[in-house]
Amino acid sequence: MGADFVQFSLTPLLIGVLAAIACALPGNFLILRRQALIGDAISHVVLPGIVVAFIITGTISAIPMLIGAAGAAVVAVILIEAVKRLGRIEPGAAMGVVFTSMFAGGVLILEQTDTSKVHIDVEHALMGNLESLIWFRAEGWHSLLDPAALATLPHELPRIAIVCAIVVVLTLVFWRWLKIATFDEGFAQVLGIPVSALGFGLVVTAAVAAVAAFDAVGSIIVIAMFICPPAAARLMTNSLEHQIWWSVAFATLSAILGYVFAGYGPLWLGATNAVSAAGMIATASGIILGLACLFGPHRMRIGVGKEPLG
Amino acid sequence: MAAQDGRVTYPAVASVSDAPLTVRGVTVSYGEKPAVFSVDASFPAKAMSAIIGPNGAGKSTLLKASLGVIPRLSGEVHVFGQPIEQARDRIAYVPQRASVDWDFPTTVVDVVQMGLYRKIGLLRRLSGQMKAWALECLDRVGMADFADRQIGQLSGGQQQRVFLARALAQDADLYLLDEPFAGVDAATERAIIDVLELLKAGGKALVSVHHDLSTVREYFDHVFLINVRRIAEGPVETAFTTENLQATYGGRLAATHLDELSLARGV
Repeated sequence: MGADFVQFSLTPLLIGVLAAIACALPGNFLILRRQALIGDAISHVVLPGIVVAFIITGTISAIPMLIGAAGAAVVAVILIEAVKRLGRIEPGAAMGVVFTSMFAGGVLILEQTDTSKVHIDVEHALMGNLESLIWFRAEGWHSLLDPAALATLPHELPRIAIVCAIVVVLTLVFWRWLKIATFDEGFAQVLGIPVSALGFGLVVTAAVAAVAAFDAVGSIIVIAMFICPPAAARLMTNSLEHQIWWSVAFATLSAILGYVFAGYGPLWLGATNAVSAAGMIATASGIILGLACLFGPHRMRIGVGKEPLG
Repeated sequence: MAAQDGRVTYPAVASVSDAPLTVRGVTVSYGEKPAVFSVDASFPAKAMSAIIGPNGAGKSTLLKASLGVIPRLSGEVHVFGQPIEQARDRIAYVPQRASVDWDFPTTVVDVVQMGLYRKIGLLRRLSGQMKAWALECLDRVGMADFADRQIGQLSGGQQQRVFLARALAQDADLYLLDEPFAGVDAATERAIIDVLELLKAGGKALVSVHHDLSTVREYFDHVFLINVRRIAEGPVETAFTTENLQATYGGRLAATHLDELSLARGV
């Protein structure tokens, strides 16, 4: 755990953990609102937006990417409505068609675009480039106190750190509103809470987290982190407060275990190459969810088996 | 006030009164057909009022649209003479029990404390006094022993009491209840009605969506009959009549049933 660790593993690990937490926090509310697939949808839909933003601006800096992602979301909403009305098919199917088509369209545009100058390609879109986020100037733990070395940190780290901090602050500040509006939207409305704006804000926050995480870790992790840690956390407790903490713990654990297994797991098994850290982190979160399903103390749905409501 | 056809009809409220709840021209539509059409209503102070009508007549819709829980196509709602948006502190609401997911990870006392969220805002800590108040409200519905239970472990009647306790925690002047007796056991129904009677005795106004015609006379002072449109409203003695029920329910109530309801109890 010396200089090598700081140089090669510290930043990817931190980025992985922060991205996982930034996605897992809104994921808790999305799951309880039966909107879990919104995270999935967001990460699909934003791809063409990000690619087009890149084509127009030639950079992958944060603001154009966010604008591109937001534009793609608007296009998606319009397309879903259009498919629903013109095709006369149910909303779920309309969404499925639009999300998948837009993601596929994003991949196609990406393939046809000259992105050789920056690391944005199909593989990157799916799996990110966690392993390549190396802190070249780091010479050991003391580099954390060296401004010159800190200045060369991969730009993904401060970006995801800021987004993660924003997500944490928003979750804390709007805690009560999120809780009451998720449990009983009608009652929240009568209390004067702007539930529509709150729901929209939650989705926008999730989208910002997804876009920020997307750059570093790719869409596989984003999808997994919106759903797996919060779903596993729900099986561990019957308190929303504790569920949030569990989800943060599971997100962190997935990122660390996934990163370590990706780097060393294949070597332990006698293979020569490491595997994708993003893929392994997502897998780790899935395994944690599986274990929670099997052994979580609150895995029985409480209301099941009793008289039906209403 | 009795029109020729025997229905009690009141002229539409001409000006905004100080009545606990006044709605004017409320129309709601879920599709092409209106669910509630141009309804005027006024609910009196210090009384228990029932909103009555057949299934699909827009009872709950009228209540929810008045509160802004579902959007109104048109119409105005006043609470104690003020636009409802400015009178939110004076309203307590008991939604239908089945409208929420009881698997939500939270406890009974937590739900009751939600009734205080408007008072405490986003960041202020819940004071010891407020916590004690929430427990007192639970006690008033006979659920004090269940404070730390997970809400999914409650029976239907217990869930309804918790919702009532949350409304009590709001400490309002007008209580709006959506089918508070739906699917609850007899003991719970008694417990709820006792709490509501106490509120009324304390000078509060109560408006409840109600579907059990056989208990209307026993529980309520005032009725509002609706079938998409307003059919009739007034004190139970004058408005809860065979003619009005017939007009509200059409052929859906047998004549014998109607007689039993409105006549056998000695109007």
